[in-house]
Amino acid sequence: MPESTFMPSTETRFEKIGENTLVVNMGPQHPSTHGVLRVVLELEGETIVNLDVQIGYLHTGMEKEAEYQQYLKCVTMTDRMDYLSANNNNLAHALAVEKLLQIEIPPRGQALRVILAELSRIASHCVWLGTHALDLGAMTPFFWIFAEREKILDMFEMFSGVRMMPSWIVPGGLRGDMPEGFEQALRTFLKQFPSALSDVEALLVTNPIWIGRTRNIGKLTTDQCYALGLSGPIIRGSGEPWDLRKSNPYSGYEKYDFQIPVGQNGDVYDRFLVRLAEMRESVKILQQAIDGLPGGAWSSSDRKVVPPPREELDSSMESLIHHFKLWTEGFHTPVGEAYAAVEGPKGELGWYIVSDGTNTPYRWHVRPSSFMNLQALKPMCIGHLIADVVAIIGSIDIVLGEIDR
Amino acid sequence: MTPEFWWGTLRALIIIAFVLVGVPPVIWWERRLLSWMQDRVGPNRVGPWGLLQPIADGVKLFFKEEVMPAAVDKFVYWLAPAIALFPAFVIGATLVWGPNPMLTPVADVDIGILWVLAISSLGVYGIVLGGWASNNKYSLLGGLRSTAQLVSYELAMGVALYSVLLVTGSLKMTEVVARQQAPLYDVLPWAQNWFILTPYGFGAGVIFLICMIAETNRAPFDLPEAESELIAGFHTEYSSMKFAVFFMGEYAVMAMFGAIFTDLFLGGWSPLPLNWDYLSAQASAAHLGWLSSALSFIGGAWMAPVWFIGKVFFLLTVYIWIRATLPRLRYDQLMNVGWKFLLPFAALNFVLTAVWMLFGWLAFGIAAAVVAAGYLMVVGFVLRPRAFKDAAKVHLVDVQANTAQTIEVQR
Amino acid sequence: MPGSIGCPLAHLGPRFCGKIVEPVNPYLPIFVMIALASVICIAMVSLSWLLGPKKSTAYKESPFECGVAPTGSAHERFPIKFYLTAMLFILFDIEVVFLWSWMTVFRGWVEKGTPSAMYSFWAVMVYMVLWFLGDFYVLRSGALEWEESKTLHPEKFGKAVDEEAPYVQPVSEDAA
Repeated sequence: MPESTFMPSTETRFEKIGENTLVVNMGPQHPSTHGVLRVVLELEGETIVNLDVQIGYLHTGMEKEAEYQQYLKCVTMTDRMDYLSANNNNLAHALAVEKLLQIEIPPRGQALRVILAELSRIASHCVWLGTHALDLGAMTPFFWIFAEREKILDMFEMFSGVRMMPSWIVPGGLRGDMPEGFEQALRTFLKQFPSALSDVEALLVTNPIWIGRTRNIGKLTTDQCYALGLSGPIIRGSGEPWDLRKSNPYSGYEKYDFQIPVGQNGDVYDRFLVRLAEMRESVKILQQAIDGLPGGAWSSSDRKVVPPPREELDSSMESLIHHFKLWTEGFHTPVGEAYAAVEGPKGELGWYIVSDGTNTPYRWHVRPSSFMNLQALKPMCIGHLIADVVAIIGSIDIVLGEIDR
Repeated sequence: MTPEFWWGTLRALIIIAFVLVGVPPVIWWERRLLSWMQDRVGPNRVGPWGLLQPIADGVKLFFKEEVMPAAVDKFVYWLAPAIALFPAFVIGATLVWGPNPMLTPVADVDIGILWVLAISSLGVYGIVLGGWASNNKYSLLGGLRSTAQLVSYELAMGVALYSVLLVTGSLKMTEVVARQQAPLYDVLPWAQNWFILTPYGFGAGVIFLICMIAETNRAPFDLPEAESELIAGFHTEYSSMKFAVFFMGEYAVMAMFGAIFTDLFLGGWSPLPLNWDYLSAQASAAHLGWLSSALSFIGGAWMAPVWFIGKVFFLLTVYIWIRATLPRLRYDQLMNVGWKFLLPFAALNFVLTAVWMLFGWLAFGIAAAVVAAGYLMVVGFVLRPRAFKDAAKVHLVDVQANTAQTIEVQR
Repeated sequence: MPGSIGCPLAHLGPRFCGKIVEPVNPYLPIFVMIALASVICIAMVSLSWLLGPKKSTAYKESPFECGVAPTGSAHERFPIKFYLTAMLFILFDIEVVFLWSWMTVFRGWVEKGTPSAMYSFWAVMVYMVLWFLGDFYVLRSGALEWEESKTLHPEKFGKAVDEEAPYVQPVSEDAA
C-alpha cells in the first residue's frame, strides 16, 4: 500500500445520546490517559453527557502466551503487566502457584517478599502522585516525587540488576537473598522519605486550587464500589476499610502493625489522601519488616521447585539432576485450580491458575485491579467537565499494561 | 521626513527590538528557573549555560516542515499566528521605560492605557481564529475557552485600572508614572508614591496581576492550551514556525505585560520607591557631593532602562514561580474567579478610591479600614484550606487481621 | 512645542537636537510601529513555508484526534453559554467605557474644589449601585453557571445523575 493512502482503521462505535453534542476521542494518544486508553467523550459544551471506554491498544496476549511457558518463565511476564509495581504481580503469581504446589515459604523469605511488595507499593504510588498532579497542572510534585522513586528503583537494582522488573519473587521463594548494602539503603530511605513526602503534600493537600479541582469530583458510594467490583484505594476512599492484607493476610502480613486509611466522601480528593496515608503506612510496615527480619533460608527447601544452591551441585548427584530438570523442564503442578490475590497498590490483584498436571499452566488468568477499577470511569465522569476526566482517570490510577494484558 | 519622524521610528524600533531580542532570554530563564525549582538541570548544552538553546530551537523550527491539515480554513489558519504575535509588538507603543522623552514612549498620546487594553484584547483573535480554523475539536475547545477567559479577565483588568486612573486623572502613561514620583501619600518627600504601596493601588495591583496572568494564558490560567486536557489546545494543529510564533507571542506578551505592570504600579524606572532628586539635593546640602552625584546617577536617565528591565525580570520570575507552584484551575472555577470575585472586588476598590479622593484625609482612614477588611477577606479566601484541614482528614482504621483463614485447593 | 523638550543628546551638537521645529502628529510613530510589526508578523508565518521541506501525505494532513479518525465535524454548533459570556462582556465593557471620561476629569475637579466634583461623585455612585445590581442579577440568574447541561436532564439520562442511587444496582439476594 502506498504511504500516501495509508490511514489506520479507526472506526468509532459510539452512539450519541444528545443533540448538538460534540464527540471527542480522548486517547489513545493523549497526554493524560496514562498510556493508550481511549475514552470517547460526548460533550455538551464542556460537560460530559456520555462516554465510552475503549481498551485493547496495548494487548499483548500474555495470558495465552503463559499457557506455553513453564511456571518460572511466566514470572517475567507478570512484571510487565502492572509495570509500576512489578513485585506485587510477582508475589500474586507466586502465591497462586505455591497454593497449587502447597508449599510453605520460610519466614525470612516472607519478610523479604513483604519488603519488596511494600517498596513497590510506594514506588507505584509515587508515579501515581506525580502523574495525577501533572494531569491537574501541578508540574513540580512530579519531579520531586520521582526523585524518591529513583531511590526505590535503585534498591530493586541492588537485588536483581533490573530497576523496574526485578522478577525476584518466584514460586518457591525468592531468587536470592537480600544483597549487601540493601539494609542500609532501605533504612536511609525510610528515614528521609516521610519528609520528602511532606514537601510534596505541602504543595497540594491544602492548596485551594487543588481542593477545588478534586473535592466532590467523581464521587462513589460504598454500594457503588461493591456493585462495580472496585477495590483498593477507591473503595477505601469511599469509607470501606477493605484491605486484603487484613482480610486475607498473605506472606505474614498479620504480623505487622499497620492501619488502613479510609476516606469519607469517596471523591477524588479522598482517594488522593488515602493513597498518601497508605505510603506512610507502608513505611511503617517496612520499618517493622527490616527491624524484625528473621534469619535462615529465604526459599522453600523443596528441591522439586527451588533449584539447589550452587555449592551442592559439586557434591550431590541428586542436586545436579534437580538443577538440570528444573532449568529444562520446570516443575509440574498437581491437577487443580488456585486463586491467590494480593493487595496491590491499585486494588485486589489476583491470579487464577488451572493446572492439568503438566509443567505449564492450563489456564493462567489475571484479575487485574486497574481493569475492574476502570469500570467506575463512566459513572464517575458523567455530568462533570472535560477537565475532571483527567482528574478522575488519575484518581483511578490505571496501568494499561495490566488492563489489556 | 522630519527628524521627529525618524526619532519616532527609532522609538518604535527600540520596542520591537526589545521584543525580538528579549524573547529567547525569557524562554531560557523560564526553563532554567523552572528546572532549578524542580530539582532538574534544565537546558545547559547550547552556548554558555544553555543561553542559546531558545535560538537553536527557533532556527530548527524555521526549517521544519509545515504540516497544514487538509480541511483547515487556509487563510485564517495562516493569519492566526500573525494576529497572535502582533499585539506583543505594538502593545508597548505607550510604554514609558525612562525619563527621556526623545526615546520613550513611542507616542505619548492621550489614550495610553486605553491602547494597552485595546491591543491586549486583540490577542484573543489570534487564539480563537487559530482554534476555529484548525478544524480540530481540541483546538476548537481551546479557542472557545480562551475567548470566554480573555474577555472575562479583560473586564476585571479594566475595572482594576479605574483607581489608578482616578488618582492620576489622565490616561497618559507618562502622567501615571509622574503621579507615582510624587511624595508618598503626598506627605513623605523622600519616598515615591508607587501605587503598589497605596491601599487602593495594592488592591488594583493584585487584581491586575491575576488578570495579566490570565490574559497571557499562563499557569494556573493556561486553560486554552491545557496540555493534559486539550493536548495543546488552540495550537494543536500548528507546526513549524507557526507554532513558534504562537509560542513567541505568549512570551513576548508576558514580558510586555510585566513592563506595563511596572509602569502602572511599580513606579516605572525608579529602582526603589525613593525620591532620588530629593535625596540628592539633601546630600548636596549636607556637603556630600559624591553621594549626591551617586544618588542622582542611580535615579537618572542612564540607569533607567537597567532598573526597568530588572523589574520586568522580577515580574517574569513571579510568573514562573506561580507556574511551578500551582495546579491548573478548572474552566468553571476560572470563570467564577473572574466574575464573582475579581470583578466586584475591582469595582469596590474603585468606589473606595473615589470616596477617598473626594473626602480627603478624614475619610482615608475609614476607606482604608473598609479596604483592609476587604483584604482580610482576600486573605481568608486564600487561607480557606485551614477550614478544610479538619474535614479533609482520612481516618486510620485498625482492622484485626483475619488469621483464621484457611485456603483450600480444589482437586 | 517640540522645542521645549529637553534634549538629552544636546552635548553632541545641533545635529541631534537643533532641527525639531515642525509639530508632527503624535500618532505617527504608532502607525510606523503597526506597519513594522505587521511586516515582521507576516514574514514570520510565511518564512517556514519557503524554508521547510514539503512532503505531505494524507495521514499527515488528517486532523489530530489522539491518533484515531475524528467522529463528526469539528465545526459543530457550540453552546449558547459562550455567546452569553461574550454578550455580558460587551454589556459590562460599555458600562466601563462610560466612566473613562469622568475619571480623567474627576481629579481636576477635586483639586480645584468645584461643586461638580461632589455632584458627579454621587451620580457615579448611583451608577455603580446599578452596576452592582446588574452584576448581582447576572450571578443570581445563573448566567455564568457552567455545570448545567440539557442532555443530562434526569428524564433523559436517568440514574447516573442521581448521586444518591448507585449507578449499578447491587444484585439482591432474592433475585437469584
